[in-house]
Amino acid sequence: MSGTLTGPALAAGDATRPDGETRRRRRSGAGGVNRRPGFLVYGLLLAVILGSAFPLYWSFLIGSYDATVVNKELPPIWPGGHFFENAARVFDAVPFWVALGNSMVISTVVACSVTFFSTLAGYAFAKLRFRGRTGAMVFIVATMAVPVQLGVIPLFIVMSRLGLTDSVWSVILPGLVNAFGVFFMRQYLVDAIPDELIEAARVDGCSMIRIFWHVALPAARPAAAILWLFTFMATWTDFFWPLIVLPADKPTVQLALQQLQSGYYVDYSLVLAGVTLASLPLLLLFILAGRQLVSGIMQGAVKG
Amino acid sequence: MSTASPATAGTRHEGGPGGSAPRKGEPDVLTLRQRLGRWDVKVSPYLYISPFFLLFLVVGLGPLAFTAYVSVHEWDLLSGKGEFTGLENYRDVLGDRYFWKALQNTISIFLLSSAPQVVLALCIAALLDANLRGKTWWRMGVLIPFVVAPVAAALIFGNLFGDRYGLINEGLRAIGLEPIRWHVDRLASHVAIATMVNWRWTGYNALIFLAAMQAIPRDVYEAAAIDGAGKIRQFFSVTLPMLRPTVIFVVVTSTIGGLQIFAEPRMFDAAGLGGADRQYQTITMYLWELGWRVRNLGTASAVAWLLFGLIVLVALVNLLLIRRLGREGGGAR
Repeated sequence: MSGTLTGPALAAGDATRPDGETRRRRRSGAGGVNRRPGFLVYGLLLAVILGSAFPLYWSFLIGSYDATVVNKELPPIWPGGHFFENAARVFDAVPFWVALGNSMVISTVVACSVTFFSTLAGYAFAKLRFRGRTGAMVFIVATMAVPVQLGVIPLFIVMSRLGLTDSVWSVILPGLVNAFGVFFMRQYLVDAIPDELIEAARVDGCSMIRIFWHVALPAARPAAAILWLFTFMATWTDFFWPLIVLPADKPTVQLALQQLQSGYYVDYSLVLAGVTLASLPLLLLFILAGRQLVSGIMQGAVKG
Repeated sequence: MSTASPATAGTRHEGGPGGSAPRKGEPDVLTLRQRLGRWDVKVSPYLYISPFFLLFLVVGLGPLAFTAYVSVHEWDLLSGKGEFTGLENYRDVLGDRYFWKALQNTISIFLLSSAPQVVLALCIAALLDANLRGKTWWRMGVLIPFVVAPVAAALIFGNLFGDRYGLINEGLRAIGLEPIRWHVDRLASHVAIATMVNWRWTGYNALIFLAAMQAIPRDVYEAAAIDGAGKIRQFFSVTLPMLRPTVIFVVVTSTIGGLQIFAEPRMFDAAGLGGADRQYQTITMYLWELGWRVRNLGTASAVAWLLFGLIVLVALVNLLLIRRLGREGGGAR
């Protein structure tokens, strides 16, 4: 990029100007809209990000000190050497491996199921004509406002009748579909697939299910990936329903954290070591797919 | 897309009357294949939406109606259904001062978390909207808190807001102020809980605002700049008015979530009941306490329906406000 910039700069006889200055001049339109921001903007943003990351660091910091230290005074600002010791205590105190496995199974199954059924229904709502389409869609949007709390009591009654209250199925089953997913996929697919493409496939004698498979699914992939990610995260972090149905010896990660902080005496080096451990899987996901999360939020905003 | 349509029109002609396009004039005799094709077109949409609706009926709608049924009965957590009691459960709940306290707490925490959050998110979005180097990294940076679960956030902030050795109180002491009893004082506890919510969601909402800001045509800014408007003036006179629909969207969605808040106040202390005098117990925590501590599913169901009513009510108020704001905005233009 600098190669293209130095040319005109030299031609204008501005060789003494710093490179940033020429770039700024070239980029700016009539009112300097695209001007590179100054240090103030970067400084403020850096402060925001440090503030965002600080509580996580704090959790690691406390989790890396001896309980006798943190329950008496503030620790120094650099980590101590007891993190692995505290982490080992977490695994002794609560069934953390079980919790990780449960959370992984529940979140994966729910995310896959929601994504598949939402893509299927969202495609039908976006691209196929059928009687009652508008009414059904309005109905789906309306149900998005219904709180989960409204259903938990009967769900609990049914789950305990079915004897499912000590298995992960009690958490998976109610999560298999949700209205938001259908709405989200519909919004995306309306613009993502040209009607002509479906029409053409049909003229060529393609059956409906093959059109879905070969035309709709590939087009839906970017949005489906985003829906999968968000559903996975929402399920992983869910607390209310698992707290109601799952027993103490078969927790999810969130329930394991809750168990760490119970009783009259709270050992924060243990609790926050647990919090740090429990945050690692999603942090890893964030490192791998943070870009997709960002674009997912920004796309959803424009469409919604 | 305009270039694609003549091409497809061509294919349609080639397909001619022998094709299975259903909208063409009907030939007299249909082959089996054509019949099947037509049936396929008609039935497929229902086939695709039915798994969603069937499952939704079982895990979403069915329970909703069943909650109403439970709420008009005596219903113990362990022994199950008792007598029909009519509106008795509702009367009990509405007569309980802790219900009203929980309602106040919920609304207070919601207000403390929504207004500052929107303002902060707008500021951060404005910063991100500058022509930054390494945009994606900054955007990812503000999203870090979003990957921390509410339970984890509550545990971290529970420590930061510790009454005795918390970092925040130490900070207050360092600058010569009195420490605040974050877990005891009602308003202070609401501020602490709202802080967790704000921390987790501000960056997320900033990205939503950022997307809307970037959809504003750049020549609007150029016109404003030519008229002599500085950066700050541009933000208030161009950006903010054009963001109004997005702000409304964010406020409405955060209302639905905010009124159901549970994990943060539940995990703010070890007992999990919302403080000694229930000073930070929310409606959902109240529902949980009735159902799974008092073990009265009947009254808990009544609370569920009252919460639903509250959300509908707030949604209606929102709608009215939006209409009024819309009309005022229209008049100003």
